[in-house]
Amino acid sequence: MNTVLDVRNLSVRFRSGGRLLSLVKDVSFSVSRGGCLGILGESGSGKSMTCKAVLGLLDDNFQAEGGVFFEGRQLLGENPETLRRLRGGRIGVVLQNPMSCFDPLYRIGEQMAETLGEHTSLGRRRIRERSAELLELMRIREPGEVLRKYPHQLSGGMLQRVMIGLALALRPSLIIADEPTTAIDSISRHSVMREFLRIKRTGETAILFISHDLGVLSCIADQVLVMRLGEAVESGPAGRIFDNARDAYTRRLIRRHKAVMSKFLAAVRQGPEAAA
Amino acid sequence: MKNYVIMRLLATIPLLLGISFLCFVFINLIPSDPAEVALRIRQTPVITEELIARTRAELGLDQPFLARYFHWLWDCLHFDLGVSYTNPARTVLGEIGRCLPATLELAGLSLVYVIALSLPIGFLSAVYKDSWFDRLMRGFVFAATAMPVYWVGLLLIWIVSIRLDLLPTSGYGGLSHLILPAFTVALSYISTYIRLIRNNMLENMREDYVLYAQARGLKRRAILVRHILKNSLQSCVTAIGMSIPQLIAGTIVVENVFAWPGVGRLCIASIFNRDYPVIQAYVLLVGVLFVFFNLAFDILQYAADPRLRERKA
Amino acid sequence: MLRQLFKNPMALLCMGVLLFTALLGILAPWAAPNDPYANDILNKFAGPSWQYPLGTDHLGRCVFSRMLFGIRPTLFLSLLTMLGTIGLGVIMGVAAGYFRGVVDEIIMRVVDVMLSFPSQIIILAVVALLGVDIRNVVVASIFIKWAWYARMIRTATIKYTGMNFVLFSRSVGSGNFYILTRHMLPCIAAELAVLASLDTGWAILNISTLSFLGLGVQAPVPEWGAMLNEAKNVMVSNPEQMIAPGVAVVALVGACNMLGDCLRDALDPRTARQ
Repeated sequence: MNTVLDVRNLSVRFRSGGRLLSLVKDVSFSVSRGGCLGILGESGSGKSMTCKAVLGLLDDNFQAEGGVFFEGRQLLGENPETLRRLRGGRIGVVLQNPMSCFDPLYRIGEQMAETLGEHTSLGRRRIRERSAELLELMRIREPGEVLRKYPHQLSGGMLQRVMIGLALALRPSLIIADEPTTAIDSISRHSVMREFLRIKRTGETAILFISHDLGVLSCIADQVLVMRLGEAVESGPAGRIFDNARDAYTRRLIRRHKAVMSKFLAAVRQGPEAAA
Repeated sequence: MKNYVIMRLLATIPLLLGISFLCFVFINLIPSDPAEVALRIRQTPVITEELIARTRAELGLDQPFLARYFHWLWDCLHFDLGVSYTNPARTVLGEIGRCLPATLELAGLSLVYVIALSLPIGFLSAVYKDSWFDRLMRGFVFAATAMPVYWVGLLLIWIVSIRLDLLPTSGYGGLSHLILPAFTVALSYISTYIRLIRNNMLENMREDYVLYAQARGLKRRAILVRHILKNSLQSCVTAIGMSIPQLIAGTIVVENVFAWPGVGRLCIASIFNRDYPVIQAYVLLVGVLFVFFNLAFDILQYAADPRLRERKA
Repeated sequence: MLRQLFKNPMALLCMGVLLFTALLGILAPWAAPNDPYANDILNKFAGPSWQYPLGTDHLGRCVFSRMLFGIRPTLFLSLLTMLGTIGLGVIMGVAAGYFRGVVDEIIMRVVDVMLSFPSQIIILAVVALLGVDIRNVVVASIFIKWAWYARMIRTATIKYTGMNFVLFSRSVGSGNFYILTRHMLPCIAAELAVLASLDTGWAILNISTLSFLGLGVQAPVPEWGAMLNEAKNVMVSNPEQMIAPGVAVVALVGACNMLGDCLRDALDPRTARQ
């Protein structure tokens, strides 16, 4: 029972007028405990749609088919209340755009307490202590201070780490991270990735990591699924895909990435004068 | 916070000066000579040229325009708004004061209607978007914005008071006299705010923080009330605050339909009687109320939104 | 945007209603079956018949004919109001936005003061000052409404004067006025159209309301608001008198509002989905 999430032939369609638009076609993948599956694709490739379908966050205009098995239990068609209890509890979620993911009118502490209160029966003081612990775990200095802040008073990287801490709060068996490094600067990106790697090393959690950034994926994912226009075009161990992709589209993505990287590395090696 | 309040208070001073100046210019543009009017008010039997000249000096009308303005402003600040032209035994302040309570009753109950109806209806319309309820309410909003206020009043009198005989047709009295006129005043505002709250809620529902709240596993009801509603109200509060003086001004038509003895009816009667000081005082009153409520709700919104507090401090 | 508008059946319906009403108003002397002023005291409060399609009022005048003649003050005066408002608003707004500095400061402070009064109050004050007459109502409406347009057009002027094509035509040597009218007005025409069609509805309501209060169109001239005022007096005995003018006002104002909404949707598809 090592497989945490098993997605079988998932399809998502969008009802628009009288027609059905296919957004995700027949995608299958699985993640096991301690492993990390990276989903790679450009924007509009259906990555985020897949992750929303897994979480049961699609509204009535969407129609999802196939199988989404979380710890052996089919989630598609499960009643919303059960799904809600899973989200934030057994399944932790980290989203992109940390700056806009928190309600601007409430303090960070209030929003964390709200989440913890929803999934546990801890008292107010215990919740406060736990929130501070989580922030400390994310290497945020002066957690008590941060808890009293409003979202707009914190940086994107800081908020992203708060999100990761919150996702870890209830020792989930699965963390779904949707483009967690896209909207933040490169220094924060580094520290955010460090947290993810640490989570992975504990070996207790499965990670589903969605990104359009090959560099980020290459440092965390052991399995990679490449999506294009709603279809899985390639999947397999990360090493094989990066070195020896079978699909032309994947090869192009990798080549482009390598070209940028080598230019970047060359510039770094030769120093700023040569680059200019 | 304190700085902001002081800044806003200072900013209203030129606005208040502008409004009072406009009111002063207004009374100076009237076709008749104020000195002559004053003499007529005193029931002087024979008005001679010499007498008019003396009265001019006595009333300070021979002074330069700006001097007279500041003199008038000074009187206003001491609540001396002059006497009524049609009934010199009565001061303008007394007339307004006599009629104002009735208008405030009317506007007050309308405000209760506006809040009590538009909030839940707007909320439900957004939550159950495109349901039969939402469609019905959208139809209602559309109809209510196109209907002239006086016609609504007439229809209500006809249906509720004449056909069904449930409430009195018009006049001043207890709560039963107030129900129909207050609803008539409120109707167009109700529809405006249903639309405002609904659209604000729908806009907020598309925000990232809602998606993340769902992803954190919060209950739907908690997300709707604690997060979406609170964020939507943020921008509606100012609008509703601004509508309070509008409600007071909006009673003019309704007071005339329902024969309600408030300042609106006083104002219309004064227009027919050319009783300029009363009209001037009414315009001044509404203008000042407008500025005052604008200020109060700006500060309220400022106090409620952590982002604003931060930025302006 | 226009093409999108013509595809929208609702917008077409609204424009149809407005055009048809305008046409009826223009052709009123030929379309009306009776003289709107002719009394027929023996036939007062008559029901609908071939001779009087909508019956007669308290003086036995043909309601249908009065309705048709009533289009003229209601619709045409409100259009006139809008023309005046937009004209004044454009001049003031362009002046403020183009010359900036002192001119801008003075105009915008006046605008602030104008906007700090509820429009109804200003209109009443102006009518009180100038005397009870429908012409004064139009003047008063223009006097209060121009400030909104001036503010909007000022913003647009400031935005567009910095844009490349305006700078270009200036360097080519076209005159200031030419630049502004030629380039900027078409750019904001769409926004202007939305505001104007919503405000036409407002102007119709306004004129009929003031006429109802007896401050606008004076009896015996036929006008819908004034007709409703007369209907009010006989409400207990003949309530049917207030149906036709009321429904007509609602239909016309509704058409204007709906047209404004359709224009806005065509302009900004994002709001259309709501």
